[in-house]
Amino acid sequence: MAKLPNKKDLLNFELGVGEKPWMDTPTEFKDGMYCHGAKPKTLEIVGMPNTHDWSSSDEDWNLPENWKEIILDGMADRVKKYRSFRLFMDVCVRCGACADKCHFYMGSGDPKNMPVLRAELLRSVYRRYFTTSGKLFGKLAGARDLTEDVLKEWWYYFFQCTECRRCSAFCPYGIDQAEITIMGRELLNLIGLNTEWIAGPVANCYMKGNHVGLEPQTIMGNVEFLMEDLETITGKHIEPSFNRKGAEILFVVPSGDLYAEPGTFTFMGYILLFEQLGLDYTLSTYASEGGNFGFFTSNEMAKRLNAKMYAEAERLGVKWILGGECGHMWRLVNQYMDTWNGPADFLEQPVSPITGTVFENAASTKMVHITEFTADLLYHNKVKLDPSRNDHLVVTYHDSCNTSRAMGLLEEPRFILSKVCNNFHEMPDETIREKTLCCGSGAGLNAGENMELRLRGGYPRADAVRSVKERFGVNTLANICALDRASFPALMDYWVPGTRVMGVHELVGNALVLDGECERTLDLRLEELPNRKKPAEAAPDAAEGAGEPAAGEGGSHV
Amino acid sequence: MKIGIPLLIVVLLAAFAWVGTAYLQWYTLFGIIIPYAAFTLFVMGFVIRLIKWGTSAVPFRIPTTCGQQKSLPWIKQNKLENPSSFGGVVGRMLLEVLCFRSLFRNAKTDKVDDKLAFGSAKWLWLGALVFHWSMLIIVFRHLRLFLEPVPAFIQGIEGLDSILQVGLPLLYITDVLIVGALTFLFIRRVVIPQVRYISLPADFMPLFLLLGVAISGIVMRYGFRIDIVDVKELTMGLATLNPVAPEGIAPILFVHLFLVSALLVYFPWSKLMHAGGIILSPTRNLANNNRAKRHVNPWNYPVDVHTYAEYEAEFGEKMKKVGLPLDAE
Repeated sequence: MAKLPNKKDLLNFELGVGEKPWMDTPTEFKDGMYCHGAKPKTLEIVGMPNTHDWSSSDEDWNLPENWKEIILDGMADRVKKYRSFRLFMDVCVRCGACADKCHFYMGSGDPKNMPVLRAELLRSVYRRYFTTSGKLFGKLAGARDLTEDVLKEWWYYFFQCTECRRCSAFCPYGIDQAEITIMGRELLNLIGLNTEWIAGPVANCYMKGNHVGLEPQTIMGNVEFLMEDLETITGKHIEPSFNRKGAEILFVVPSGDLYAEPGTFTFMGYILLFEQLGLDYTLSTYASEGGNFGFFTSNEMAKRLNAKMYAEAERLGVKWILGGECGHMWRLVNQYMDTWNGPADFLEQPVSPITGTVFENAASTKMVHITEFTADLLYHNKVKLDPSRNDHLVVTYHDSCNTSRAMGLLEEPRFILSKVCNNFHEMPDETIREKTLCCGSGAGLNAGENMELRLRGGYPRADAVRSVKERFGVNTLANICALDRASFPALMDYWVPGTRVMGVHELVGNALVLDGECERTLDLRLEELPNRKKPAEAAPDAAEGAGEPAAGEGGSHV
Repeated sequence: MKIGIPLLIVVLLAAFAWVGTAYLQWYTLFGIIIPYAAFTLFVMGFVIRLIKWGTSAVPFRIPTTCGQQKSLPWIKQNKLENPSSFGGVVGRMLLEVLCFRSLFRNAKTDKVDDKLAFGSAKWLWLGALVFHWSMLIIVFRHLRLFLEPVPAFIQGIEGLDSILQVGLPLLYITDVLIVGALTFLFIRRVVIPQVRYISLPADFMPLFLLLGVAISGIVMRYGFRIDIVDVKELTMGLATLNPVAPEGIAPILFVHLFLVSALLVYFPWSKLMHAGGIILSPTRNLANNNRAKRHVNPWNYPVDVHTYAEYEAEFGEKMKKVGLPLDAE
């Protein structure tokens, strides 16, 4: 990774426009702003077409001879298959409402990152080949030929979009740049032009079940380590089951939670909760990925990877599926999975075995979000919590793009946070809930070589964090997204040093009072809990707790 | 060029109609043939566009959710911004179509040194709303020219529109508003750097056409004070498919009529089709109830997957070593 520019240089731009008309402005490939191109052998694992050796920094991309025909045929096919695509190509009035809503524009000032203009990159070609006015009047009608330079421009800018849908919330016609980026990437994938950062995880996920490429024994080994940590923290020995037939619930998490901090702390939080509940659940090494980089490749690839969840649920004979904290995973579960790989009629409508709550909103998909599950538990006072264990944290909450704008999961995590920590402050209204700002690393952009791009894209969110840090002393950025957990630590170190990044269930795990646990002196990160009573002072409390009847009843007066 | 060419086209169109009637006496052409042809092309074009969109599939239910989902019974759902039922979707669409809900969300982002600031920005919403509602009222008002007797509600609209009781003939409020709003929309397109940068000739063309229509209409009514009886004779003839060549009416009427005709012909092939498009927008007109009610993709097809059996065949030995259960045994 190249040395990072300093903040002052990075922010030395204005939210302006170019000097020359955008069609006459050639695309300059700036180091740090794009990823490495996909290697043929990676793409071949999943049988992608027209793979070839190329490098994004080369002049010649070794395109197949008939590349133009492939792209145009691909477009013709897709305008029929996706009403969103045809409509969004046609109805934009260029009112400019979306122009300053994109985090990449806010963080770079590059006019081609205004959603409307990023869409025009494709729209101009659509007009040229698919509309009468474009065929007749060319540039006057906003049309242009498809050339290799245009193709490179697509590649550069469609991988500078995180498909976060913020523009879509502000568009008077709901034009969604994510849909356009998705189509653009599908077209590029027809001629082998993915990024290695996306193609690699896709191949891993297809063959090994998860993006990181963890083999079954490695997953088990990692989880064993985490369980050792939990034993140190709580004094309890926990052994989660894997691939267990006949469990009631299949639990699927983004694989980031299985192997890398701070996602692993979130995973420890889930496991503590399930242990306390005595939940009959199992994990799977085959369906060991909730996320889906296939979605950043093509609809078909996404469907192929997603198929594992239902297949595994059916094989194991579980009743329903519970899903961990992940953003795009939940966009897909909420808006695509049932359509792709359903109907899941081998499963039952999810019911919480603890509260008896029937999850009516998951009647068909049969998959429940962990924060829906936990919010329901806390609402019914089914677990004992000590939020003061999180008193050293001043928390704010980052809505991830997908769970807010492709689902509307806004209150569930907030309700949980209100129960598990005492210091909580919202970021400014324009930056949360449906208007939330992206981490800048979503949709497969969380690579290392494009760090400048990620820093720029993450800057608007970071600036909002900075504002609550200055006002309220916020030091913790809670979230429910594996990509947030993977990408924010580096971004926060750069923009707002001293900010911890934490999954909501890490905070749950800290606050959760387990039956028969030892006096907690460590949080899930194995760091000393500050301001804890000395063991001697704590003893009477512990004795009291021990004298109480079974936990089920004890929970009711929390 | 972006501004000059569309402006020139509109000016030439207006001049053509003036010359064609004032000097060349082509009344039948401008009064009958062109209006009929334009109306026919408008209807056909509009329908063709809708059919084209309509025949494109909607493979996935992809609403952009702008509020709390329906989940647990004690969490209050935002039924309009995140509808889960048909009624909610209708409500959301009405808000979008009638009140421009999403545009109302607009805010301006400014960068001041190393900080971002978000400010209120409702002017675009207001300008757009004033234009569209004025346009609608004006179209309704014009129906009196095509209906006999004039329905009471149209007379009511007309009465309200001229309620200020200023001038003779009475001034319509919407005449002032539409010109004001169109001028505002034009000025912001030129003045705001980002909007100017993204604008195409096709963004100025409708503004000039609409301004041409509005101004020619206003000049006709308040300047030339054209005789409404003559106009109604022409329009009723058109409406009853019994057209009479309208000789002797001032050329300004034909300028107005010709620009309206041009607008009608232009409409279906231009961005003005957002009028029809918004109704079909999949991010707005679908309920967020995928998990409760399955959405079917009409072109869904089977795909290659890496099955569990293949996975076990590859990793079975390793799985066995760590004590994972195997299907093969």
